[in-house]
Amino acid sequence: MSTPAASSRNLRARLRRLALGLVCAPIFVFLMLPLVVVFPLSLSSAPYLQFPPPGLSWRWYQSYFGDPVWIDATVRSLVIGATTTLASLAVGMPLAFSLVRGRYWGRKLLDRLAIAPLIVPTIIISVAIYGLFAKLKLIGAWYGIALAHTILALPFVIIILGASLRGLDENLEQAALGLGASRWQAILRVTLPEIRPSIVTAAVLAFITSFDELVVAMFLAGPQMTLPKKMFDNIRMEIDPTIAAVSVLQILIITAALLIAQRFGRGATPMDINGA
Amino acid sequence: MDAIATSAHAHRGSPAAIERRRQRMLAALGVPALALLAVLFAYPVLRLMALSMEGGSLTWYAKALGESFYLEVFWITVRIAVIVTLATLVLSYPIAYFLATATHLGAALGFALVVLPLWTSILVRTYAWMVLLGRNGVVNKSLMAVGIIDEPLALLHNELGVVIGMVHVLMPYMVLPVYAAMRRVDPDLLQAAEGLGAGALRIFYRVFLPLSAQGIYAGCTLVFVLSVGFFITPALLGGGRVIMIAVLIEQQVREVLNWSFASALATVLLVGTIAIYGLAQRAIGERADGAT
Repeated sequence: MSTPAASSRNLRARLRRLALGLVCAPIFVFLMLPLVVVFPLSLSSAPYLQFPPPGLSWRWYQSYFGDPVWIDATVRSLVIGATTTLASLAVGMPLAFSLVRGRYWGRKLLDRLAIAPLIVPTIIISVAIYGLFAKLKLIGAWYGIALAHTILALPFVIIILGASLRGLDENLEQAALGLGASRWQAILRVTLPEIRPSIVTAAVLAFITSFDELVVAMFLAGPQMTLPKKMFDNIRMEIDPTIAAVSVLQILIITAALLIAQRFGRGATPMDINGA
Repeated sequence: MDAIATSAHAHRGSPAAIERRRQRMLAALGVPALALLAVLFAYPVLRLMALSMEGGSLTWYAKALGESFYLEVFWITVRIAVIVTLATLVLSYPIAYFLATATHLGAALGFALVVLPLWTSILVRTYAWMVLLGRNGVVNKSLMAVGIIDEPLALLHNELGVVIGMVHVLMPYMVLPVYAAMRRVDPDLLQAAEGLGAGALRIFYRVFLPLSAQGIYAGCTLVFVLSVGFFITPALLGGGRVIMIAVLIEQQVREVLNWSFASALATVLLVGTIAIYGLAQRAIGERADGAT
């Protein structure tokens, strides 16, 4: 039995909730619209942009899989992405340990330096490394792009692993030491398994950072193509729906990467970035 | 960590010596990253900045900040960044509020909708906006079919198109910090305000909004700083007509091959970005201190 005052308050709360929903609904539509629109477009039978598509066909998927330039660009981007992931973890994991547990001089400065690529506009990093690599004759080398991408991915690795290490109960490691483990054993057998979900999250983010990256690749790839570079050129030159098919495939690849992270990590949400 | 020091004490010297050794090792763990960052980040960026003052003169800065065409580029960049930041805030605040107050299922669904675009390639999204906003695009066709407009609106290859595309790309960067701040608001405070007789609007303006302001500042800083350096969206949705600073730098390096001028432009952009970021961090920090 609720009093009339309480029920009127309840009604008002419900109305407010409804109003909020009405405000939010079109904003959610705005967020999803571009993602949704590429699916029907990729199955269009028309050779130009037409919406809704006049008929359905697989021809744009065939044109993607049948074109060695597209496939070559995709493979190169996958290789660069994998290399970036490994490199940024190899360098970033020790750095995260060092920054979280160290109390040495210059630690704050090193922390700032490692996070800086997140704030410094990518165009500046790209042009700067382009100038250096042109001198070293590294333009067009896939590993040059991977190295540059490692710089871009490093902040994510540091932020995610750093947050995880800070939240870690160091008593566990001490218990292992007390039980006779060496320091390396304690780290390998206790600490690393404990932060494994964050390592997976960091790896996925590092991979996507590279796999999706255009500006650095545009400068450093020379005549070579990466997937984003090929996409950019296609969007600029001729818009045929092959790009829509590629978009759908890319959405699927990224979704697969996220599902892997969900399975092995503990929820790879960008909240991890934000929480730090 | 003290426990390690004590347990090892018996074997390897004084605790202070062990701690020193440990710190040396921790510092050494940072060396590979430091080397990489020095060679591939700090050195190239400083080298680029040095190019702008080759010959010891400030000619290129005079050109960047003196000629009206280039000043216009800076002005357009800042104007678009401000509009994008405000528009992003207006659209993100209700979404963040929805997420912070929704039921478990609603929040999970809402989060998926916010985060999914974040994981989708910027190129894919920008391409989709070209499809949506073109003269014969989905938006124009729908509006004409409904009879709201007779002529297609110019939504693409102008500032409006760039702003729409950028807002879409940057919205998650606003929603997430604002949401995080809203979650930190103590519901007891809202209850207390209600118990003291404040109406819903008053509670919102006097209690909830100030308490979530921290997230608004953080989100605005992030979105503004990211906006200023944006390249892909203006390059594609601007159709060559909306020249933002990053687009101009790319043209100077790749088409005009004027490294010195590109370097001066890059230096102005970099110094501006760091100054804005630094000032905002300081302001946010002071507010945070004041709150505790």
